[in-house]
Amino acid sequence: MQSAPAASSVSQYAMRLGDDRLVLGHRLSEWCGHGPILEEDIALANIALDLIGQATLFLKLAGETEGKGRSEDDLAYFREAVEYRNIHLVELPKGDYAFTIVRQFLFDVFSYHLLEQLMKSANAEIAGIAAKGFKEVRYHVRHSSEWVLRLGDGTAESHSRAQKALDELWRFSSEMFEADSIDREMAAAGIGADLDALKPKWETVVRDVLTRATLTIPDDPPAMTRGRKGSHTEALGHMLSEMQIVARSHPGAGW
Amino acid sequence: MRNAQKQQQGGFSREEILAILTEVKDPELPFIDIVELGIVRDVVLDGDTVRVDITPTYSGCPAMQVIEREVCDILAQNGFESAEVRTVYAPAWTTDWMSEETKQKFRDYGIAPPSGMAESGGGIAELVTLQRARPTIECPFCRSSNTVLKSEFGSTACKSIHFCNGCHQPFDYFKSF
Repeated sequence: MQSAPAASSVSQYAMRLGDDRLVLGHRLSEWCGHGPILEEDIALANIALDLIGQATLFLKLAGETEGKGRSEDDLAYFREAVEYRNIHLVELPKGDYAFTIVRQFLFDVFSYHLLEQLMKSANAEIAGIAAKGFKEVRYHVRHSSEWVLRLGDGTAESHSRAQKALDELWRFSSEMFEADSIDREMAAAGIGADLDALKPKWETVVRDVLTRATLTIPDDPPAMTRGRKGSHTEALGHMLSEMQIVARSHPGAGW
Repeated sequence: MRNAQKQQQGGFSREEILAILTEVKDPELPFIDIVELGIVRDVVLDGDTVRVDITPTYSGCPAMQVIEREVCDILAQNGFESAEVRTVYAPAWTTDWMSEETKQKFRDYGIAPPSGMAESGGGIAELVTLQRARPTIECPFCRSSNTVLKSEFGSTACKSIHFCNGCHQPFDYFKSF
């Protein structure tokens, strides 16, 4: 049974997809000029660019379907933290390189399975953006999983840092699969992904790689997060103040 | 201008417009034009207006705005006052659209061209391993196959960094995508 969903639901759904990628892309871009080695500095900047590119496309769609005349730049630069709909996992400060890599790995595997499903979306725009992004995410998964294996099964120092990162991050991973009424409406209409179906696929891959990386998955209960409702950690506000200051100080500036 | 006169006298064919668009090069690859790279997806003529559909190589390709502006400029120089550029995302761009001739231009410039067809099949299990079979990338300078991957990500999203053990030179590879 498929019923036509409201345009506002599509807009909100696209905004979530865009916000996760924009915030994570910005966090990755903070490594630009600070990477542990030159190749990784460049790699993280490249992946950041892919994510911000995907965010641009999703937010453009969110603005168009919202019908209030807001562009992707309006949505990125002129919304407050409480209006952002990203999950907490992506907004946590970048931490050390191990933290960045473990977080990226948890998200990349999720994004891989999500975009794989969204390529078949009944919404042609979402399907097109997903098909393009999926090709990029294949490279991201390769990159982050290789580094999880190297760090986890590497030196005592790299192992302890990777384990510490996983211990901090694991409880934030369940928010990726928390479906609310928008997610269920989009999944029922064949537009969005079925998050319940994604979780076991994600977990199989993640557990396999973490085990091979000799890392131990913590037994923590999920963190209390309501990112999709606009409730965020303090870190997002600080990040946005830096990300948005030029656009807000000089509205409409061009070069 | 001859072209401007021609535009007023009855206009161009689709093929002629494609030929004009070959004057626009990718800013990151100044030896490759946007038609052979596969960025131009369609040209639609309607009276004295023309619409050009372009598609980005990667979602975040920073060259797209420059390319869009240059498409409008070159068409304006040829008498099209109201050229429109539309960005399309499906089908997703792939290096499989490049001809052998275009790939040779990459080698001549010192960049290894995409090798084989873009991989699309295979599950995620093939991605999450350090023991993955990697394609042999031939050095664009000495054609040696004795090369190693240094980084999956290079100076732009579309390139990776390799090193040739034959001639001891680093080189870029335009990733199969």
